[in-house]
Amino acid sequence: MRPLRRRRIILVALILGAVALATSAMVYGLSQNMNYLFTPSQVLAGKAHAYRSFRLGGMVVDGSIKHDQHSLLVDFSVTDGDHTMPVQYTGILPDLFRANQAVIATGRLRDGVFVASEVLAKHDATYMPRELKQAMAQAHLKHHIALPAAEAAP
Amino acid sequence: MMPELGQVALILALLLACVQAAFPLLGAWRGSPALIRMARPAATGQFVFVALAYAVLTHAFLVNDFSVAYVAQNSNLTLPWYYRLSAVWGAHSGSLLLWVMILNLWTLAVAIFSRRLPEAFAARVLGVMGLVSVGFLAFMVFTSNPFLRLLPAPANGMDLNPVLQDPGLVIHPPMLYMGYVGFSVAFAFAIAALLGGALDDVWVRWARPWTNAAFGFLSAGIVLGSWWSYAELGWGGWWFWDPVENASFMPWLVGAALIHAQAVTEKRGGLRAWTLLLSIFTFSLSLLGTFLVRSGLLTSVHAFASDPRQGAYLLVLLALAIGGSLLLYALRAPKVAGGKPFALASRETLIVIGNLMFVVSGAMVLIGTLYPIIGDALHLGRVSIGPPYFGPLFIVMMAPIVLLLPFGPFARWGRADLREWKRVGIISALAAIFGGGLFAWAASGGMPTWQAWLGGISSAWVFAGVAQYAWKRWTTVRAGRRYPAELAGMLLGHFGVGVFLAGALLTNSLSVERDVRLAPGQSAQIGSYRYQFDGVIDVRGPNWIAHQGTVVVSQDGHRVAVLHPQKREYSGGVVQTKAAVSAGLFRDIYVALGEGLGTHGAWALRLYDKPFVRWVWLGGLFMGLGGFVTLLDRRFRVRARVVAGDDGTDGARAAPPRKLREAGA
Repeated sequence: MRPLRRRRIILVALILGAVALATSAMVYGLSQNMNYLFTPSQVLAGKAHAYRSFRLGGMVVDGSIKHDQHSLLVDFSVTDGDHTMPVQYTGILPDLFRANQAVIATGRLRDGVFVASEVLAKHDATYMPRELKQAMAQAHLKHHIALPAAEAAP
Repeated sequence: MMPELGQVALILALLLACVQAAFPLLGAWRGSPALIRMARPAATGQFVFVALAYAVLTHAFLVNDFSVAYVAQNSNLTLPWYYRLSAVWGAHSGSLLLWVMILNLWTLAVAIFSRRLPEAFAARVLGVMGLVSVGFLAFMVFTSNPFLRLLPAPANGMDLNPVLQDPGLVIHPPMLYMGYVGFSVAFAFAIAALLGGALDDVWVRWARPWTNAAFGFLSAGIVLGSWWSYAELGWGGWWFWDPVENASFMPWLVGAALIHAQAVTEKRGGLRAWTLLLSIFTFSLSLLGTFLVRSGLLTSVHAFASDPRQGAYLLVLLALAIGGSLLLYALRAPKVAGGKPFALASRETLIVIGNLMFVVSGAMVLIGTLYPIIGDALHLGRVSIGPPYFGPLFIVMMAPIVLLLPFGPFARWGRADLREWKRVGIISALAAIFGGGLFAWAASGGMPTWQAWLGGISSAWVFAGVAQYAWKRWTTVRAGRRYPAELAGMLLGHFGVGVFLAGALLTNSLSVERDVRLAPGQSAQIGSYRYQFDGVIDVRGPNWIAHQGTVVVSQDGHRVAVLHPQKREYSGGVVQTKAAVSAGLFRDIYVALGEGLGTHGAWALRLYDKPFVRWVWLGGLFMGLGGFVTLLDRRFRVRARVVAGDDGTDGARAAPPRKLREAGA
């Protein structure tokens, strides 16, 4: 083979190899690191059983927030209108965390309690996570729970 | 009256943008000098009217004209004047106006500095930039008009999103947009070259300074954004692989590939088609970033728009721009000639490998960012993809770049001297193992984790490579010629990579983050620092009231810092944490207030010890500075008007001092 062609072949092989390696790494990485979002109803229906770690979305139930007196442990419940689920979290809650607000917690289920490693609240007064809004829309329609003014375009 | 004036100015700017897009391109195609000459006046006129519209909106904010809906939604009487200035780009339509304003700044700069380029080529460049401008101005005029009236006018406005009321956020968006939009110049040059059909490499030299400037701005913008989220969001991290961060990071990655590929094309004529393609990709990713952030698809502080019409418009714009330019590329690129041949061991090969890794990691970020959106649209479930996906993959993909970086400058074009590589490799490896190892050991107080080892060793490896090349220039080239701007820029940028590596890996490995519950008078010990909590008082600002804590930090009994973290409640009712940071080159002490607990004045506090976190941003700033220094190179100044080519459209080369090119980077 002429040197030019050989060089081209080496180059193309290098590129293909790198792309193949990168693609498989990405596919593997994606399959390992996807966190699905469920509402309490879906969790209680057993949809989240297959996942060690997942995200739980819902509204914080009024009056359910209880701080431990000696540590940063806090218990609260989230609801989607149909069902309620207890959540346990150790740490500092976000600024916008309060009753009747939408939150998304990441963590795992332990003995019927969702142990969260991270809790996110909505970012401002008129904003609600879109995915959560969709997940909860039906439950809300059924129970006539007012959505926060999420549709009002800021 | 004023807002209507702004409205009229926008419409006139749109019309002039149409003129700037249509006639020069037509003129360059038909060979009509009269049409070609319309490019600059149209560009200047468009700039004047966009600037007028921008000034009108700024004025509306300064005088609190709440009859303008956009002002009423994003400002109020108590907002300090400097935040009223930055509130102009605090939400959707205003930030688009800033986008267009900056596009016009770049266009004006191109119009001024392209006078010595072939007329037809400059006309095409300005025409393409006009096309981009038409797209965005039409978007504003038809779907996101910032001058819409709100009648009757409210007595007071709502408030600027408190998250945005921070000095970092005053300069972050303009910087980022300077970068994003700056890549439109490289894009316009590439499209002009494709349209002109003269696919030699001369356009690349003209495009390089612009690309480097855009890269510099984008680096600075990303650094500012990272610093802001560190200080303002109260999380204490410097990068979250948040979709919005990714949106700005993708053009940066591909832009980094582009500035290297351009160097190959300019100096050796190689990788021509690849450089064209990268120019298209980089700007496409900038557009995609704008689309992702502005369409409301992403849920974040940045996602303002939630009108589906706006998202759909942007998607069409995106499809037209990317599809059209790729189609043009497919039609024309096969005619592009190859450059000079190069051996397997050569600077070209190193740059090709680096380019591949940059583009592949860009694709990795793109897939991770888009997957949740596409998955949601196809009803595959609602997923999120976080740092565990991006972090390890990114480290793996950047490893070859870091590994090859010391060799790059030593590798000659065409064929490198392998004996020199061997020497460079051995010296760098020794420096990495001993110097870097010692650094990691000392920095971590004698107990390095694998990340700290990696940080010390990889940064020393890069520093050693940069230092050896700087030394080689010092000893072999006579004074005055040693460090031309382009070479100095390269050294600065690569030095920045080393600083960044040390910062990122050391801070990730050595940071201590603790959430604690403290009553007044109590203290917590973190590492060698003692944090004593002295209670919370109430303070009042122009448009907020706050709980302000006092935390005294001491080390071995000596007071190191007194910090006042705040929990602010803005007049709009939004609560915002203001972390207090004692910054230092080698460590940051970071305190944020959590929430009040119980009745005895106890608070939840977030206490961080963050060594080397400043190096992350310093490294990014050095990389950006490298871009700015490079563009000062004398070779990039087109001295005499370029001789028109035989087809009357594109010129022959501009006769640069060739010897410098061979000697230089």
